[in-house]
Amino acid sequence: MSVYLLRRLIQAALVMLAMSVIVFIGVYAIGDPVEILISPDADQAERVRAIAALGLDKPLWEQYFSFLGNALRGDLGRSFVFNEPALQLIAQRAPATLELAFGATFLAVLVGLPLGLYAGLRPNGVGAKTIMAGSILGFSLPTFWVGLMLIMVFAVQLGWLPSTGRGETVEILGMRWSFLTRDGLAHMAMPALNLALFKISLVIRLTRAGVRETMLMDFVKFARAKGLSPRRVIGVHVFKNILIPVVTVVGLELGSTIAFSVVTESVFAWPGMGKLIIDSINVLDRPVIVAYLMSIVLMFIIINLVVDLLYSVLDPRVRLESKG
Amino acid sequence: MSITTADTTSAPAKAPRVETPLRRFVSEFAESKMALGALIVFLAIVLIAIFAPLIAPQNPYDLAQLDIMDGRLEPGSQSADGSITYWLGTDDQGRDMLSGIMYGLRISLMVGAGSAIVAALVGASLGMLAAYAGGRTDTIIMRLVDLQLSFPTILSALMILAFLGKGIMNVVIALIVVEWAYYARTVRGTALVERRREYVEAAQCLALPTRRIIFRHLLPNCMPPLIVVGTIQIARAIALEATLSFLGLGVPITEPSLGLLIANGYEYMLSGKYWISFYPGIALLVTIVSINLVGDHLRDVLNPRLRK
Amino acid sequence: MQPSVPASAAPPTLQVRNLRTSFFTRAGVVPAVNDVSFNVERGKVLGLVGESGSGKTVTGFSIMRLVDDPGRIIGGEILFGGRDLVKTSEEDMRAIRGNRIAMIFQDPMMTLNPVLRIDTQMIETMQAHRKISKEAARQRARDTLGMVGIPSPDERLKAYPHQFSGGMRQRVAIAIALLHEPELIVADEPTTALDVTIQGQILAEVQKLAATTGTSIIWITHDLSVVAGLADDIAVMYAGEVAEYGAVSDVLDHPLHPYTVGLLGSVPNRNKRGEPLRQIPGMTPSLLSLPPGCPFQTRCPRAADVCRQSPPMAEILPAHEARCFRPHLEEAGVAA
Repeated sequence: MSVYLLRRLIQAALVMLAMSVIVFIGVYAIGDPVEILISPDADQAERVRAIAALGLDKPLWEQYFSFLGNALRGDLGRSFVFNEPALQLIAQRAPATLELAFGATFLAVLVGLPLGLYAGLRPNGVGAKTIMAGSILGFSLPTFWVGLMLIMVFAVQLGWLPSTGRGETVEILGMRWSFLTRDGLAHMAMPALNLALFKISLVIRLTRAGVRETMLMDFVKFARAKGLSPRRVIGVHVFKNILIPVVTVVGLELGSTIAFSVVTESVFAWPGMGKLIIDSINVLDRPVIVAYLMSIVLMFIIINLVVDLLYSVLDPRVRLESKG
Repeated sequence: MSITTADTTSAPAKAPRVETPLRRFVSEFAESKMALGALIVFLAIVLIAIFAPLIAPQNPYDLAQLDIMDGRLEPGSQSADGSITYWLGTDDQGRDMLSGIMYGLRISLMVGAGSAIVAALVGASLGMLAAYAGGRTDTIIMRLVDLQLSFPTILSALMILAFLGKGIMNVVIALIVVEWAYYARTVRGTALVERRREYVEAAQCLALPTRRIIFRHLLPNCMPPLIVVGTIQIARAIALEATLSFLGLGVPITEPSLGLLIANGYEYMLSGKYWISFYPGIALLVTIVSINLVGDHLRDVLNPRLRK
Repeated sequence: MQPSVPASAAPPTLQVRNLRTSFFTRAGVVPAVNDVSFNVERGKVLGLVGESGSGKTVTGFSIMRLVDDPGRIIGGEILFGGRDLVKTSEEDMRAIRGNRIAMIFQDPMMTLNPVLRIDTQMIETMQAHRKISKEAARQRARDTLGMVGIPSPDERLKAYPHQFSGGMRQRVAIAIALLHEPELIVADEPTTALDVTIQGQILAEVQKLAATTGTSIIWITHDLSVVAGLADDIAVMYAGEVAEYGAVSDVLDHPLHPYTVGLLGSVPNRNKRGEPLRQIPGMTPSLLSLPPGCPFQTRCPRAADVCRQSPPMAEILPAHEARCFRPHLEEAGVAA
């Protein structure tokens, strides 16, 4: 197991390294680094000084290594707009995005799993067909548009929920969270649902496919032949088997949920990383862009690693392979 | 009794007409009323988009035709000079929403289909190269595919727009970069399976030129999955373009696509002027749903594994 | 219909009477089991023989009442322990399944749930039927594993199915079937997927069991040689019907139905070395489009005009029934 873990960690480091090259080339070679890294307000003397200070007169590979060295020390430059370290900006915004993404994932499983189970057990019923049609809609609906419609219905017409912002927050471990206050939860409801919509459809489809496939397996019929109750057959024998793909995909999708929160955050003015990156792209605040890209890749790698470990806990067959 | 009788007893009874693969495909596709309906809807949308300049009540990109006095009119209102009825209302510029949607569809479909075609060409070529060359080439290409696919589309697109800046061409490039990997993976997978088939080995033994083997034997077999992936990818490209335009990273404000039309209505939503965002969204939704339904059914029809 | 074996004092464990199970598919109604009758005597083994698609597996599932949609039992009786299983409620049926009637499946690789430990899968079976503590259930599970010849059962209980070989998994499945000492075991080709040596071991094991515990067994198979060594009675199925039914020695030594004759002729045999193997011409007919009359007529070397009518099941020799107008009576040494 530890050999496996070590191998995965080395792999993760390599992916991180590859990403740093891509981001470096993207920002330093494709774009104009002077424009990117030096404030447009700077005068000529300042520019020359900054170019020398940043080492932009040095060969590219040397620049890359200094970029890498700085990155390893946690220095990805300062934001032009906020005049703060870019990484610090990202770190401040991360809790908002994370709680939104986790909330959406939780909602996706909470809603999607029972619906998918139902649709899988009675595939020809009216209910199942409605659920499946709904899931096609969930895949097709443009997230941002649904967000607007949610605002229109629940905030403008019904006035039940606030349309923008995080609401009241509580500070824990130096980070501010919305989900622990009533007001915060009310603010989170629509964005989380909006972000969850696609994942709900995904979980429904995965669960339904899994149930239908598993129900045909001999071991399910054998479990019934043992005289087990339908509750036990479905709740244990079927459920444990479909949990593996569902957990894997939902886990892996967590990264994409974080990335897609860009859209939801823009719609609901949710002050997370996504809102920050869109604003930064719009004003070409590239140190923040670099910091965002690097930290989100890191998140991805961590998520993949955790999901892999979780997978081996759930599926005994994988456990053996990694041991042997 | 001999083996020969054993073989002939199960002869098929009758064939009313010659069953070509195409006919069989068409009749199997038509079996689903829903998919057929979706196809008709989609074709209608394409026709509307193509002929928008002829059928739209006004040219929404021609600022001379817009009257700011007509701004934010409710659906069904008359224009100030009484020349047009705004069936779907107007936006803040006094632009007829119906015309705006028709023209917006043009952009959305063009960007979606255009990027899908280029991505298909690039992806299919690389996928074929990977399958045919094998070895290190294969490894490198597939590693790239894996890397690309492990990132959510929106993130890759944001990354590229962050490097290149905003703009419609950059959005198209971003879409191509996001999509090519799906095609590459599909073609490589199919081509690898087909390559091991006896007829390809026979063709190789006959020393047919590689080009001929690829274009006459491998590529035709890759077409069905490629078509399925292509259909779904067009829908995804349209959705992603709309999203990026909504975020203000795509098309210019003077020639709005559906996404930007929706974004324009955002601020008026809170004052209850729903139609500016609502109708373009419906158009977008209908387009994407119809393509997805067609693609879903195509996959069922073309997938031999699901065939009974 | 009479039991083929001289009637003992005790009634048969299971009596199947004119069972009909059909599948209502989109393409039409498939009569998978059509007017099937047989008895399973206490402590005896009935071999249910037929090609794939002959309805033998569906018969087994019908007895378990585990026929899934679009299949349905549409007629007949399954008498077991003084009640008709066809009319038994699902709730009562569940109390019988795995408890009084157990089933063993064909593919041991597929019958055990891959993500549950062996002990879980054994203990849940016991707890489904009686109030028993986990510890007592584990004890019983361990003993049963030992009984079917699994070494170091304590350790094996904590293992997952993939850690067992195919033969060992089938032993586990048999152990699960034996947990409640059922009156009847329906074994659906339990040795087909196994190596020949393992097959032999399992057959011997089962034979011993039937003899010592008085458990009756329905052994479903396509392999006549397995039945020859194991079964007391035999029912040959063809196209959803029982073609021939009788004691194993009667049926194998003096087959009456041309299908049974064909089946026996196509088994390789040391005595027939050098001779070409005979084979039954043609293919199993589609159950959707059976010809009127005897379903075997299109492949039957003895078919005549009369075969266009449905032959009834008839006791042609004492305690030896066949569904045929033109049985092989010459070979049986009896004048027509």
